[in-house]
Amino acid sequence: MKKLITSTFVAIAAIAIYACGGGEHKPIPGTEPKGEPTAASTVAAANPKGIGKFQNVEVPAALDHSMADKGEAVSKTKCLSCHKLSDEKLVGPGWKDVTKRRTPEWIMNFITNTEEMLEKDPEAIKSLEICLVRMPNQNLTDEEARQVYEYMRKVDGVK
Amino acid sequence: MKFRTTIALASVALATALPFGSCKPKSNASAVGGDAAQKAYVAPGKHDEFYNFVSGGFSGQMSVYGLPSGRLLRVIPVFSVDPEKGYGYSEETKGMLTTSHGFTPWDDLHHTQISQTNGETDGRWVFANGNNTPRVARIDLKTFRTAEIIELPNSAGNHSSPYLTENTEYVVAGTRFSVPTDNPDVPINTYKENFKGTISFIGIDKNSGNMDIAFQLQTPGVNFDLASAGKGPSHGWFFFSCYNSEKANTLLEVNASQRDKDFVMAVNWKKAEEYIKAGKGVKKQVKYAHNIYDEKTHSTKSEIRTEVLSLDPTVLKDICYMIPCPKSPHGIDVDPTGEYMVGSGKLAALIPVFSYQKMIKAIEGKQYDGEYDGIPIIKYEAALYGEVPKPGLGPLHTQFDGKGNAYTSFFVSSEVVKWNIKDLKVLDRVPTYYSIGHLMIPGGDSRKPNAKYLVAYNKITKDRYLPTGPELSQSAQIFDISGEKMQLILDFPTIGEPHYAQAIAAEKVSKNSTKIYKIEENEHPRVAKGEGETKVVREGNKVHVYATAIRSHFSPDNIEGIRLGDEVYFHVTNLEQDWDVPHGFAVKGAANAELLIMPGETSTLKWVPDRVGIFPIYCTDFCSALHQEMQGYVRVSPANSNVPLAWSMGTNNGSNTASKAPAGGSTGKAKK
Repeated sequence: MKKLITSTFVAIAAIAIYACGGGEHKPIPGTEPKGEPTAASTVAAANPKGIGKFQNVEVPAALDHSMADKGEAVSKTKCLSCHKLSDEKLVGPGWKDVTKRRTPEWIMNFITNTEEMLEKDPEAIKSLEICLVRMPNQNLTDEEARQVYEYMRKVDGVK
Repeated sequence: MKFRTTIALASVALATALPFGSCKPKSNASAVGGDAAQKAYVAPGKHDEFYNFVSGGFSGQMSVYGLPSGRLLRVIPVFSVDPEKGYGYSEETKGMLTTSHGFTPWDDLHHTQISQTNGETDGRWVFANGNNTPRVARIDLKTFRTAEIIELPNSAGNHSSPYLTENTEYVVAGTRFSVPTDNPDVPINTYKENFKGTISFIGIDKNSGNMDIAFQLQTPGVNFDLASAGKGPSHGWFFFSCYNSEKANTLLEVNASQRDKDFVMAVNWKKAEEYIKAGKGVKKQVKYAHNIYDEKTHSTKSEIRTEVLSLDPTVLKDICYMIPCPKSPHGIDVDPTGEYMVGSGKLAALIPVFSYQKMIKAIEGKQYDGEYDGIPIIKYEAALYGEVPKPGLGPLHTQFDGKGNAYTSFFVSSEVVKWNIKDLKVLDRVPTYYSIGHLMIPGGDSRKPNAKYLVAYNKITKDRYLPTGPELSQSAQIFDISGEKMQLILDFPTIGEPHYAQAIAAEKVSKNSTKIYKIEENEHPRVAKGEGETKVVREGNKVHVYATAIRSHFSPDNIEGIRLGDEVYFHVTNLEQDWDVPHGFAVKGAANAELLIMPGETSTLKWVPDRVGIFPIYCTDFCSALHQEMQGYVRVSPANSNVPLAWSMGTNNGSNTASKAPAGGSTGKAKK
């Protein structure tokens, strides 16, 4: 037993040196305790594009109506239980003017990379501190995320 | 108890007196070696190497443990209702427990069997048998849920089951209790004339796993106990142990122990297939239920079937053969090479090992010892490879390590004995706590055992854990068998009375695990895909609530216009698309259970209000910081009331913000 404890300590020490002590605490995406927000350990510097694979989303000035319609259908199933189209908070923040407040990259990264964003992105963390319910990752595809963004634009008055 | 203690003490004393190298422990404390804890230790966050699917016995459920940690990972309801998961309570799962007797909410789950491809466990399905109201179930290992249950006609006590052929062509089911099959109303003491056995071969669809009884064999009225499929060279054969060749119908403990030898029945199922192709099967009128859970509609399809194809081996002579086996055999196990069949008599003091090749030669040379009820009896010596002399008392079951060794459990002498198949010499023995039944090596009944651990499943626990009143849990013990000697590394309590178990390398299963049900693919007839689709519909005295659940509210959460005498059906769709976020649903006073609804799933609770009043509904599975707020109210008015049917996210006396502009248009009122 003693031997086990000693070797465990050695192992932990080794990990600590190697990973600067942070590595062991990072939850595997999607496996964090249900609903209980964890204190963000490492907050990245604010990046208006957020954290995730979307770093350059090209958005034409005019609305793509067919894409927005698809986005509306996805939203009705997966988003609008918790978000209102007005500026009122329901479970999550209201969507009004969200496309004016956030970059398309930030929104799409938040939709698809929810866990990491809630962990590290200062803006997402601020939001969580208000809502206190972690946004569920609703497993949208990249395409669906883009469609939802287009629908948000439509709601915000883009023609 | 006293007697057992005395034996234990005696063996401890004996062990102390024995020279070095004896494997009997000096005491319970020293039964475990110094590094045992390390061998069983799986650090927090690390995963186990094996899934262990353990029979839940009279609980009717199957438990899933991690090996080597002994962590309980899951309890899968199979033949018994489970209020924790709503299984057998929700409208969608009630049908899974349909039998020809109607809703049958309990069974006695005896054995588990993982599907195989080319004689190796493949991690697709686990099968289980119900011993009481004869059934076989298939559990899907993507979802760890019971996907299908088939009832067995002409059977009473499905015990030698659900053993599989090496490509999962068939799962078998032999009746433990023989019964009259044609005219059920006969005097019991006409057993010898009227009672018959049956063996069912259930065909498995290669892709879907769906079960269908391919044929039944009519057999003598013995008690079939266990079974093992041939493999490799003996593929095409199946072996069944049976007792009560005396055909006694009372006090079997004496009357079925008269003969020195009972039988192992060898079945040539390839030959049976040929006879069926040749049209030799006879269709019999029967009645049995077949239930399939459809993952698209989240519902059970249940049907009663009325026909089974039957073969008579006393006419079709070369399907079945009897091999004498001492004495009251409980187990029969075929080794990984497919050449050796290890029998065991629970009242015998030796282990007979039969040879497949010798058996075939004996059949070719007609080395018979007469017939038993029209079935040829092969001469014992003609099929025998050899006997393991004096291995212990009461051999039951044998598993293999794929390195030429066999491990046999001994119920009476409470031990596991390792012996070599070739020279039949005992190599090692370890005590168990206490009265071991089955034992298991991962893949230990397949062509490729993964022989790192052996688990003993014990019938009696006695003093192993803190006492819990007159009833104690059963216990399992894990042995490291990677070395020459078995080493006890851990024990853990189990559910019900475990019988057989199976284990499989974790990666064969975990990579396929379902995380959510895709809501786009939900074809439940009463699904609400989003709060915009939630509504309440009256159909006569039935009220259907199409509701949704998401962190942290239901839609609707205020329902009015229910009248006494109504039947209310809550069809709740979980809108989450995130792993490990089920929602629960419960109603005050419901004579039912909760629902536990997986992400993307729709599940239905039937509620018949018994009084006028306000009834809270709430989520039972902690889901978010605001889980406690996930609740609502249902108003039940008198039968003659004219309160209109209405549903909404509430009006809060007209001042609630949420009701002003409901997202997705969830506030609604039905036209009267």
